Amino acid sequence: MSGPRVAVLDYGSGNLRSVVRAVERAGAEVTLTADPSVAEEATGLVVPGVGAFAACMEGLLGVGGERVVERRLIASRPVLGICVGMQVLFAEGIEHGVRSQGCGEWPGIVERLQAPIVPHMGWNTVEPGESSRMFAGIEDQRFYFVHSYGVRDWVMRSEPPFPQPAVTWTEYGPERFVSAVEHGPLWATQFHPEKSGDAGAALLRNWLDTL
Amino acid sequence: MSLAVRVIPCLDVDAGRVVKGVNFVDLRDAGDPVEMATVYDAEGADELTFLDITASSAARDTTYDVVSRTAEQVFIPLTVGGGVRTADDVDRLLRAGADKVGINTAAIGRPEVLSEITHRFGNQVLVLSVDARRSSEQPSGFEVTTHGGRQSVGLDAVAWVKEAVERGVGEVLLNSMDADGTKNGFDLEMIRAVRDVTQVPLVASGGAGRPEHFVEAVEAGADAVLAASVFHFGELTIGDVKNTLRAAGHDVR
Repeated sequence: MSGPRVAVLDYGSGNLRSVVRAVERAGAEVTLTADPSVAEEATGLVVPGVGAFAACMEGLLGVGGERVVERRLIASRPVLGICVGMQVLFAEGIEHGVRSQGCGEWPGIVERLQAPIVPHMGWNTVEPGESSRMFAGIEDQRFYFVHSYGVRDWVMRSEPPFPQPAVTWTEYGPERFVSAVEHGPLWATQFHPEKSGDAGAALLRNWLDTL
Repeated sequence: MSLAVRVIPCLDVDAGRVVKGVNFVDLRDAGDPVEMATVYDAEGADELTFLDITASSAARDTTYDVVSRTAEQVFIPLTVGGGVRTADDVDRLLRAGADKVGINTAAIGRPEVLSEITHRFGNQVLVLSVDARRSSEQPSGFEVTTHGGRQSVGLDAVAWVKEAVERGVGEVLLNSMDADGTKNGFDLEMIRAVRDVTQVPLVASGGAGRPEHFVEAVEAGADAVLAASVFHFGELTIGDVKNTLRAAGHDVR
């Protein structure tokens, strides 16, 4: 049996092999690629990312990744951003006082978490947005986070007939930040589904089911 | 509900095999790190740590193979420490499938390597591993050791952690060489002393014998608890530790 064809975008960031394996395990045929046309044509595209916002954005621009994401969304082709791969979808990131531009698919600023202990590292709970498909059947599970930055405000609304984005939140100490978004073909998680054991695998299957 | 306390088994790996007292009953091959990692994952481990104690650099290649085979099958975070000297070493381990890399002796000799690594890969990949013991010769009462706790390097353990955090490490693994192997509990004073100066996650290691010990370590300030032999010998399971933590009012996965 062959599953949906998924491309994982290779732009020099992070533990790509784990992402590839986890998406394969969830039932897809996965290609790791830096080729924009392959990334554009796949049924689903995963944009991973670890490290710094500015460095990731630079890497993404280096392979034309932001144009790939843009074109896919215009054609309603699913994209899943993970961790910094989610953060760069927002308008901008601020690191050490320096502002960097993101892809700007969503308004919002990625800022340093203000908690006694940062990075936010480990397994935390989620409060899925209404109408979430991403968390169907796994609403009560914990997912693995490792990040020092996040998005505190969600301001984007849709007009009918388009559905509202489903925004999922997570609390960490005094912070409450966006831990996942489902917005039409564009989905993203601040945590790492590929490192979240069976719960992560179920989430990836929920995504593959939309392809 | 909040962030869960992480319970982490540690496996000592030498030339691709798990060493140092392993006594799993239901394993076909007790010495295979990938197989053990799979069992711990199934038991609910929140992360895994491999400590590469391979002496020769030729045999070290097997470690990359072990890391990559583990990452193919186990979908929880994997930290690998031992023998890491440069940012290129880190790069190789990350490419093999490690999520975090532990550094110990090399950072003592050349602390700049910490920022070299974090500038390239981010803070979250780098774990400072500290083997410390009690000493009246250091202001904090704790000193850094090397060679399995046998050699002092004349460094205050609390001051060293503080410096390493300033240089960018994303997590601290604090191992008490006095408590290690005793099963009498973690060195709680050491955990408190390090917690006071550390704004990154703190993993406590050394001395675990009973489930209550893990609760004490968490209440002294540890974000995560690590143990080796009590898990390997089946004296405690990950589940035992989590049940006791939960009963004491701490969130676990």
